Amino acid sequence: MAAAQEVQVQQKREVEQKRESMVPTRVFVPVTDIFETDQALTVVLEMPGVERDSVSVELDDGVLTIEGRINFAKYDGLQPVYTEYNIGNYARSFHLSRDIDQARIGAELKDGVMTVTLPKAEKAKPRKIPVN
Amino acid sequence: MVSAFGNPFDALFALQHALEANLASDWLGAGTAGLGTFPPINVFQQGDDFVAVVELPGVDKESLNLEAKENTIRVAGRKAIEYDATASIHRRERLSGVFDRTLSVPIRIDPSAIRAELRDGVLALFIPRAESDKPRRINIG
Repeated sequence: MAAAQEVQVQQKREVEQKRESMVPTRVFVPVTDIFETDQALTVVLEMPGVERDSVSVELDDGVLTIEGRINFAKYDGLQPVYTEYNIGNYARSFHLSRDIDQARIGAELKDGVMTVTLPKAEKAKPRKIPVN
Repeated sequence: MVSAFGNPFDALFALQHALEANLASDWLGAGTAGLGTFPPINVFQQGDDFVAVVELPGVDKESLNLEAKENTIRVAGRKAIEYDATASIHRRERLSGVFDRTLSVPIRIDPSAIRAELRDGVLALFIPRAESDKPRRINIG
C-alpha cells in the first residue's frame, strides 16, 4: 500500500475588506470544499477555534454568507513566544448557482469543520438558518 | 495599530524579521524527528509555563497521537476527508493526509504533567516548566 500523503500547511488568506471595521480584528478566508449530489449542495469550511454559538449562516437573495468568530478571551494572559500562524475570525460568502430549499438547510459544526447542506428546490424568501 | 501596508518595503521587512525570528528561536529547532511543517504551532508563555496552540480542524482525538519525551513533544496523526463517491466536486481547497511534527522545547519540562485539550479543531498543550528549572530566590545573608 502506498505511503499516505503528507498534509501541507495552508497559509491563511485575509479577507479583502471593502469597508473598514470599527474593531481592528483580522478576518480570514476559511478553506472550503464544495460538492454537489443529486439531492443537495454541500459546503464544508474549516474554521478551527470557532464554537457553535459563534457562527452564523445566512442565505439572502442567492448569497450564502458564513461567519465564524473566535473567542479571543482564551488568549488572555498568554504572551506570544513563537508564532507560525495567524488567529482571527472567519468569513466567506458564495453566490448560489442553484435554487435551494431554504426551509431544509442544515448546518453542523464538529472539530472546527462546518458542514452546510443546501437541499435543492425552488426559490424562497431569505431567512436565517439555525446551527445544530 | 495601522493595518494597511502604506510602504511596500514594510512587507519585505516584516518577512525578513519573521524568517530571522524563526531561525533565531529555540523553539522547533532544526533537525526534528518529524516529517514536515504541518501543523502550524503557536507557542505562548503563561507565567512560568508554556502553552502550545495547534490548529487541527477535522482531526478528532482518535486520529491524534501525542508523545512527550525529555524536551520534545511530538504531534502526529491523520487528517481524513471523506466524501461521497458520487458527488461532483465544485471546489477542493481542504488538504488531508498524515502529519508528524516534533516540537523541541528550550526549557526543562515535566513530561508527565503536560495537559492536552482538543476542542473545536484546536489543540492546546499546557507545558509546565519543571520545578528544577524555575529560578530560586537567593537570600542575601
